[in-house]
Amino acid sequence: MKTIVKYVFLDLVRNKTVLVYTLILAALSISVLGFDANTSKGLLSLMNISLLFVPIISILFATIYFFNSIEFIELLLAQPIKRQKVLLAEYIGLATSLSLAYIVGIGTPLIVLAAGAASFTLIATGVLLSLIFSSFALLIFVLFKDKTRGIGAAIILSLFFTILFDGLLMMFIYSFSDYPIDEVVVGILSFNPIDLARVLMLLKLDVAVLMGYSGALFKKFLGSSTGTIYSFSWLLFWVFLPLLLSVRIFKRKDL
Amino acid sequence: MSLIGKKILSLLGLLILTAMSYGSTIYVKPGKAAIQAAINNAIAGDTIIIHEGVYNEHDIHVSKKLFISGKGNVIIDGQRKSEIFVLSANGIVLQGLTIQNTGISSMQDMAAVRIQEANYVTVRNNKILNNTYGVYVQNGAHCLVKTNIISSGAVSEQNSGNGIHVWRGDSLRIEGNKVSGHRDGIYLEFVVHSIVVNNTSEKNLRYGLHFMFSHDDVYSKNTFSDNGSGVAVMFSNRVTMTGNVFKNNWGDAAYGLLLKEITDGKIEGNLFIRNTVGVYMEGATRIHTSKNIFKDNGWAMRIQASSSNGSFTQNNFINNSFDVATNGTMVMNVFKNNYWDKYDGYDLDRDDVGDIPYYPVSLYAVVTEKVPTAMILYRSFLTDILDKVEKVMPSIIPDQLKDDSPVMKKWELK
Repeated sequence: MKTIVKYVFLDLVRNKTVLVYTLILAALSISVLGFDANTSKGLLSLMNISLLFVPIISILFATIYFFNSIEFIELLLAQPIKRQKVLLAEYIGLATSLSLAYIVGIGTPLIVLAAGAASFTLIATGVLLSLIFSSFALLIFVLFKDKTRGIGAAIILSLFFTILFDGLLMMFIYSFSDYPIDEVVVGILSFNPIDLARVLMLLKLDVAVLMGYSGALFKKFLGSSTGTIYSFSWLLFWVFLPLLLSVRIFKRKDL
Repeated sequence: MSLIGKKILSLLGLLILTAMSYGSTIYVKPGKAAIQAAINNAIAGDTIIIHEGVYNEHDIHVSKKLFISGKGNVIIDGQRKSEIFVLSANGIVLQGLTIQNTGISSMQDMAAVRIQEANYVTVRNNKILNNTYGVYVQNGAHCLVKTNIISSGAVSEQNSGNGIHVWRGDSLRIEGNKVSGHRDGIYLEFVVHSIVVNNTSEKNLRYGLHFMFSHDDVYSKNTFSDNGSGVAVMFSNRVTMTGNVFKNNWGDAAYGLLLKEITDGKIEGNLFIRNTVGVYMEGATRIHTSKNIFKDNGWAMRIQASSSNGSFTQNNFINNSFDVATNGTMVMNVFKNNYWDKYDGYDLDRDDVGDIPYYPVSLYAVVTEKVPTAMILYRSFLTDILDKVEKVMPSIIPDQLKDDSPVMKKWELK
């Protein structure tokens, strides 16, 4: 398994896309952080970039990569190796390289220019988002036979989590605003890793106070250490759920 | 009588007169009830100099016009028993003392210095530490409270008092004091024609400065920081607020300046920085707000629809999460010539005034005002898009609340 991970990883390092992705992230974070002496503003911009681009790029790139390496996977499966191992090795190799790209591209400038609790939260959530959306890509890969359909599904899924989910949540909040829905909203929020990451970040920044203003439990619960653990466990859950599902499906898949 | 005799007599008379008007000087050294004894022995117009030392005394009543001054480090300790000084004659001066540890009582307002039904009293250059109430003016006029350091370690609003508390006052001057750790830093109730200037009020539990039913007052050049809320002006008319700094009033329900049921005020040249809400207005009528700087606040202003006939001109709005929030669509205030850093209009005729109006209330400010829960979606991609769309085609935001002539360049203020 190690050999496969190593091979995938080296292949991706040689692949220029990941390199370009790293460079773009680095350029963005250096320019954003260098612009303003006010680091919390820079962090907010970086957060917006991370929340918007990291999921979409991770899921699209991972889906395309998995579909492109289908021949390699089939070749490996002809050897006496467990299916499960091959699939997980593919995932680990890809997820590691995407996370590394994020850590190098955004993490390094952050630690150098704006070290602090908020920066570490941003790095942690960014890495988790990379892991989550590569994991979703794996699920798409095992569910669809056709590359085009897979990419379509990836686009739809990422758009769902970045925009559509929030729209539905907004509608929900609006229609039930007369009821005490704070707890329910926190519950619903857990189903969207991007929202979880955003709230985790906001609570580390100055603007957190705006959330507590209405006396809502957001800041009280999510801002506490229990809340942080709660959010991170949900994020981890979102890494493992698609992963386990895809392993299960892949085991029985007719290739 | 000879001419010389007459001269001597008149000189003598003059001497007696001067002696009477200046009084004698009494020195006090530490001892049991030494200060009260000295005061009892003195006659109006005398000077009492208190020597360095620790005096464990409380309920010191001063009911004649005396000049009381400390020499060196004079500590008067109430030992948490009762009040310390009660001043009840016109023209008393109390200065240069350290007055500490009044009692704590829920029945009585225990004050380190109480000015009771007296005018022209001066309390200056004292250190007033760890008391329930610091200086308590109870029906006084023309009193001066100047350059005192008043601090305490209040933990709950119920068991604490105010740094400077005035109940009924006229033409007072409160100047250059440093107040911290009380319930309200400075509290004025039924106080008219008074001036509060150059004070620093910080880390108080509730308000830095609190007006109730107080009219025609001025406060300027004060700094209010890290209080529960900076300043609250309630049920008061004609209060002038100029050149103050409201900063770091940062918390779940903290305001820089809270205005409630007030009329004819003026807010000019103040700096509001890092407050959750810079200015909150409710039932504020004819308030003129100009030349202020609003920077790094959560909401620069929350103007409830019950406020009317106000004007907001030539202010700088910089880096606030929300510029203005309101709870209705009716707008009875005028916004003109302000600088808004979020303004993205253009100025084709180059007169430094933007050609299209600026709508300071963002869509999301309206949404969260109606449904506070929606705050959970703050800064999500969706809400950013909605804000942009709303700017192009205003349909939800109060479209009457706008600045028709936003300036393109920051005003040079301060």
